[in-house]
Amino acid sequence: MWALLSAAWAGCLVLSGGEVFDGKGFVKGDLVAVDGRIAAVGTGIAGLAGDTYQGRACDHEKLPAGALVTPGFVDAWASIGVHEIGLEPATVDDGGTPTDPIRASLRVTDAYNPSSAYVPVWRAAGITSAVIVPGGGRVSGQSGWVRLAGQTQSDAVIEPSVAVHADLGGESKAEALQTLRELLQDARAYAANKTAVDQNRFRSFVEGASRHDLEALGPVVKGEIPLVVMVDRASDIEAVLRLAADEKVKLVISGGAEAWRHAEALATAGVPVVLSPTTYGPGSFDQIEARPDNAALLEKAGVTVLVHNDANYNAPALRFIAGNAVRGGMSKAGAIRALTEGPAKAFGLDDHGTLAVGQVADVVAWSGDPLEIGTRVLLVAIDGERQSLDNRHQALFRRYRTLPGSPTPALDVAPLGK
Amino acid sequence: MSWLLLCAALAADPSETASSTLLTLESRALKGVERTPVEDPPPIVLYNGTVMPASGPAIARGYVVVADGRIQAVGEGDAPQREGAVRIDLAGRFVTPGLIDTHSHLGVYPSPGGRAHGDGNEATAPATAGVWAEHSAFPQDPGFQRAIAGGITALQLLPGSANLVGGRGVVVQNVPTRGSRAMRFPGAPETIKLACGENPKRVYGEKGGPSTRMGNLYKLRQTLVAAEAYRRKWAEYDEKLAKSVAPADPPKKKKGDGKPPEPPTPPDRDLANETLVGVLEGRILPQIHCYRADDMLSMLQVADEFGFRVRSFHHALEAYKIRDILAEREVSVSTWADWWGFKLEAYDGIPHNAALVAEAGGRAIVHSDSSVGIQRLNQEAGKAWHTGLDAGIELPEDEALRWITLNPAWALGIDDQTGSIEVGKRADLVVWDAHPFSVYASAGLVFVDGALRYDKSRPEVWSDFEVGQGAGEGVP
Repeated sequence: MWALLSAAWAGCLVLSGGEVFDGKGFVKGDLVAVDGRIAAVGTGIAGLAGDTYQGRACDHEKLPAGALVTPGFVDAWASIGVHEIGLEPATVDDGGTPTDPIRASLRVTDAYNPSSAYVPVWRAAGITSAVIVPGGGRVSGQSGWVRLAGQTQSDAVIEPSVAVHADLGGESKAEALQTLRELLQDARAYAANKTAVDQNRFRSFVEGASRHDLEALGPVVKGEIPLVVMVDRASDIEAVLRLAADEKVKLVISGGAEAWRHAEALATAGVPVVLSPTTYGPGSFDQIEARPDNAALLEKAGVTVLVHNDANYNAPALRFIAGNAVRGGMSKAGAIRALTEGPAKAFGLDDHGTLAVGQVADVVAWSGDPLEIGTRVLLVAIDGERQSLDNRHQALFRRYRTLPGSPTPALDVAPLGK
Repeated sequence: MSWLLLCAALAADPSETASSTLLTLESRALKGVERTPVEDPPPIVLYNGTVMPASGPAIARGYVVVADGRIQAVGEGDAPQREGAVRIDLAGRFVTPGLIDTHSHLGVYPSPGGRAHGDGNEATAPATAGVWAEHSAFPQDPGFQRAIAGGITALQLLPGSANLVGGRGVVVQNVPTRGSRAMRFPGAPETIKLACGENPKRVYGEKGGPSTRMGNLYKLRQTLVAAEAYRRKWAEYDEKLAKSVAPADPPKKKKGDGKPPEPPTPPDRDLANETLVGVLEGRILPQIHCYRADDMLSMLQVADEFGFRVRSFHHALEAYKIRDILAEREVSVSTWADWWGFKLEAYDGIPHNAALVAEAGGRAIVHSDSSVGIQRLNQEAGKAWHTGLDAGIELPEDEALRWITLNPAWALGIDDQTGSIEVGKRADLVVWDAHPFSVYASAGLVFVDGALRYDKSRPEVWSDFEVGQGAGEGVP
């Protein structure tokens, strides 16, 4: 519904001469995007002639040898646009009031600022979408999917509610699980008895759950959107898996430092895990059994792995974080899927995350292996539209390229005619 | 021993000066009860790999010969024979000096993070020069083992930045010990942690101040003024003491009754001022947490006013704005590759910082300030180097390697001992299974003083915390 509000970019983009990611690896081929969607991929594309596709003039990027093309990367656990300067409360909007621990109806993308100075920085690092996640409380609220382009919320927020988030932190995990169980059952009861509730003819609900919260949990108990639970310890993952099975909700585990311990169960239940491969044991008491091959072990068991960066102060390092999953034994293709197809599938944005014909044309061209440190971003397109790679970092760099008081650089004046 | 006797004993050498009296007192506080772990490894010859010495360009088919804990030879081509040596065929792998982190809180904020492990900030007063990070540092922190798996052979453990004067840091070797003192890097100078900007005024704003940047500066200067007075007191005492004690070779002419005056009463000791006197006398190297360019300039002014030199600004996200001044004054810059924005004084951080500082002739250093980042300092340096290259800052690869080896060694005053692969230096070495600036590179072997301290194929558990629980054996 929100996506309808944004005007799709009308235009044509051609990337030629590179190798394109097909989910398993890179194959030689060109890519054509028309009016925001991928129109053709491969070699010998019919209708592609130089700068035109089917007679239409296109923005044509001839890629250098060795260039690789991937779907745009997705930060599956982000606070960009809602949590800017951590120690300045005026710029932090992803939390809630501690005395209101159940806030399922909070939609964090309502606070999303598309003018954030962070957005162009992330984009220049090949990140084209982000799942904006609320924090704090027992039930933190709803995450939303934003594209890292657009000048307005309505243009940037693709889907304001992709999941509801819960956290087991606090005094007692047993109590947290009890509250979640009761809340999910109340949401189901509420959905079935709305009229009675409205007429004050129904029992009371778990303390702190407003009518709006129960309403917001409707899509969760119907299995339409997942419940994302932030949890690291193996035993807690097990308990949450049991809760999700009992209450028949779709589950996503985030954190998942010890998820490898339940790799088989997670695979069987089809539960994706959002993790950071650089989480180490024993960073906290819930991460005693964290290990660097967590992602690799989960991949091997068939779990959908999503990679995120623990820190939002260097989130553009996301691709290197994924590179560390490969260092820990994950396949390169798996690590790239963890930044693309994985988040798209886990959060129900099925038309994102791959380079198949008909998909949203979020595309990045790289000078080489996208997970490797020496690789540069050559081009970023969101919805088929080439994006500027400029940002505040570059602007500050330019401003201070020559220091005040330094000799004036030589004048670079274009010759006046012939 | 009473104070008088102690001081008389100390003053037995007539050449003692004021500062050396305090130094002698300090040396008593620096004695250890645990022996520094000494290994007696066999000589080692590493050959047939890329040797990246950090002191210069890489040697494509190079070798390193190690014996008695020191580097005996480094060169290109076939390695010399050495009797009794263990020969290690690198088969194309890469050797670098051991990595050095100027900014770590390992041991003072050990893992797992928890209430009992918050030993890094003595946030009870804004100036606590008398505390030593060493006394918080817990050698059983599993982070040390994680760090050596990342090739870290030496590091500086620092108090946090809540305080203007956080206390003494300590430079250590990354070796398993029972007490932190035995980790001390032999011969490393003492260091002190200072902080400017947001942290002290935030922490003390509602606890009696300082609550502003000007308050920070006032409190710091006032603290140093007190240290100057303390230094004078001991100088006067020592002068009187020297006159009171008969020299070993008495002068030929005697005045008065020939008796020396009574020994003076020593001033009361003040441990905070003792540390600060070390700063004023240049013995203790200042390591200053500071983000903004103008804050760093303020600190340089304070240093000038009190006659000491700043050894390294830490974090220093705006160093690029004053890189000419920092280079000229030989102040090193310990920074991250890409952290920025988490607080307002970090909002102008740019990933070109290290490269710009280096280009201007300054000493750039990539530090971690993180139990996670310290495991991959090689990647951080690689990121910072490539950001520079992409922006047209053409720096050689060995310059970027110095950001995590020789330059941090200089900032910690141990560059004559480690930080590069040069004959005579300690054999602190890392063998990487890929180019160290690759995201896929892991340290395979790590040597400290020529002893193999980490072998990726046979990792050992260092920390008692991990014995009998968790992933335990076999981690990382």
